[in-house]
Amino acid sequence: MAAYIGLIPGLPLLSFLIIALFGKFIHRRLIAYIAVGSVSISAVLTLIAGMAFLKSGSSEGNLTHVFYTWMTAGDFTADISLKIDALSLVFCFVITFVGALIHLYSVEFMKDDEGFGRFFAYMNLFVCSMLILVLADNLLLLYLGWEGVGLCSYLLIGFWYKDPVNNYAARKAFIVTRIGDTFMIIGLFLLFIHFNTLNIDSLTLQATQAWAPGSALPIISAILLLMGAVGKSAQLPLQTWLPDAMAGPSPVSALIHAATMVTAGVYLIARMHALFSLAPIVLTAIAIIGAATLLIAGFSALNQHDLKRILAYSTISQIGYMFLALGVGAWSAAIFHFMIHAFFKALLFLAAGSVILLLHEEHDIFRMGGLRKKLPVIFITFLIGGASLSALPLITAGFYSKDEILWLSWSSPTGSLWLWMAGIAGALITSLYTFRMIFITFFGETKTEPAHRPGLLMTIPLVILASLSLVAGFIEMPENLGPVRLFSHLLDTVFPPGHTGESKGQEWIFQLLSAVISIGGIYMAYRFFYRKSGIPGFLKAHPLENFFHGGWGFDWIYDRIFVRPLVWLADADKNDIIDRIYVFIAGITGFFGTLLSRTQNGKLRWYSIVLTAGIVVLLAIMLTL
Amino acid sequence: MEIQLLLAGILFLTGLAGFLVRRNIIFMLMSIEIMLNSAGLAFIIAGSHWMQTDGQVMFIFILTVSAAEVSVGLALILQMYHHYRTLDADAINKLRDSKDNENI
Repeated sequence: MAAYIGLIPGLPLLSFLIIALFGKFIHRRLIAYIAVGSVSISAVLTLIAGMAFLKSGSSEGNLTHVFYTWMTAGDFTADISLKIDALSLVFCFVITFVGALIHLYSVEFMKDDEGFGRFFAYMNLFVCSMLILVLADNLLLLYLGWEGVGLCSYLLIGFWYKDPVNNYAARKAFIVTRIGDTFMIIGLFLLFIHFNTLNIDSLTLQATQAWAPGSALPIISAILLLMGAVGKSAQLPLQTWLPDAMAGPSPVSALIHAATMVTAGVYLIARMHALFSLAPIVLTAIAIIGAATLLIAGFSALNQHDLKRILAYSTISQIGYMFLALGVGAWSAAIFHFMIHAFFKALLFLAAGSVILLLHEEHDIFRMGGLRKKLPVIFITFLIGGASLSALPLITAGFYSKDEILWLSWSSPTGSLWLWMAGIAGALITSLYTFRMIFITFFGETKTEPAHRPGLLMTIPLVILASLSLVAGFIEMPENLGPVRLFSHLLDTVFPPGHTGESKGQEWIFQLLSAVISIGGIYMAYRFFYRKSGIPGFLKAHPLENFFHGGWGFDWIYDRIFVRPLVWLADADKNDIIDRIYVFIAGITGFFGTLLSRTQNGKLRWYSIVLTAGIVVLLAIMLTL
Repeated sequence: MEIQLLLAGILFLTGLAGFLVRRNIIFMLMSIEIMLNSAGLAFIIAGSHWMQTDGQVMFIFILTVSAAEVSVGLALILQMYHHYRTLDADAINKLRDSKDNENI
């Protein structure tokens, strides 16, 4: 009965195989049907699984299905087995639904591209890997999905491989995330050595029994897993790859580099929350990493000219919020923000992708403008997505998710005023850069004429995602506003019960503050970038602008510390001593070769004399012996 | 028997000397025939000394082989004359290591 959950990742895999093997022989229309259809059926199956889960009501709804034993060595076994629980259901829901919408959008977006089949094959492989990642019930299978999504990310960033810049971006993304992955696999080895299993449930159970909270081993293993999460989720100090990853097609940025793959780190930490709870220091580190990342990325987003790079830095910043929530133990708030973020960030990327496509690959927001009247549907959906990103109070979903994080970053036992202040400052910057982008792109005078209006396949996903960005927040209300807590009730089956606020009066004050901050940011953006009055010095033509624009110089530092010494070493290694030996052998052989080739002069009489002389010498030797 | 073998040896050395000193390719071919015949003579001498027929059998073999060899050789010489208009063995030295690929 439970075997049907295998179809959820299985169908995209099947579709990938069909398109990869026979894509050259089948028509584009059929490819589109197969690719979109497989992900859509997965989405329906996820819904069915979700219904069955909700009907059972509690953790008895969890179901695990073992398909076959992947490998057995000694007393170690790893199964291909999938597990459905509340956490993986939420991720599956987002992956398949947002994935299906983005696939639909891509059919129109990529319709003139020669790599149409290749694109959908990669996208389907990505959806399959991501589903394996979140459904895996042991860490080894999770790691398979983890590397699978990394591979697809690499392939899709470098999708337009004829431009070397894209290939460079793809390599950078692959190598930087690989640094984190290496730490992570070491962490898996460490856990396996101690508990002799990689099954997540028995691992967390044994860890909580065997390890004392705050002792060295859980801290080390939590740090190792955290490094993997940091690399994948583009947090400090491994965040530099994500802005460059925007070299891929826009639907890829929407699906992989905003909605799903980059949140795999959030998933990993949430999935292993029992282990992380044993290491309070690491949790504090996660909160600080999140707070620092959201501020740094926010300032960088404020100074970008490229529409997609603004959104990329914004993604880093929003994942910073999720890390902040994870760090203070607000597990379900982090997952809630992940879901809402997936909706509005996918929407923003898709809308930005349409704008860029219709303006003939124009990325610079200062060469856009006045698109409000030319592209009304895109404008309205983009505005909704932007409002949700800036957490406009009450009507947008982003308000409910971000407000919960901000509130818990102060009120939970591990929270602090500093974390809350970083979060609220980040909120101000978020609404500032979001509406800077909106005012410059959609208002003012028209600088580039759009080619045509977007077609239905593009607008339908935009409208659906826009309505989700508005209404999805109502399933989880703050305590003082309403009794609706559907989302955290669902996740209570996975996580330990969350902390409730100390008093409703305080929560009111904090909510009011974040509402004022959000609207204040929008007003500031209106003053600076619409009315163009009183732009403060630090936003215009200042050395700091370049500093923020370049992502705080991280790329520069890494280039000096890691890349250049490595390139120098490789250069030096090219003439190393081992190489010399082989060069020497080759030289000797060549020398004797030229020497002997002198005797081959083509003269018949010379050959006969040498032959005779040889016979005489042989005869002489034979006679004397 | 020594005398007869000495004759065969002298005949062989004559052929060898002719082969080495001559530049005309027809004479070189003839010198090879002389050497072959001296070998055949040595077989006959040995056969008659030990009263065995094997020596004569061997001689007939050598005769056959040399006949075949001469026909091929003469054909090659004809071709050579067609191409180079000369019978000088030193003129045909194209099959040598050329200067261009000395280092390969």
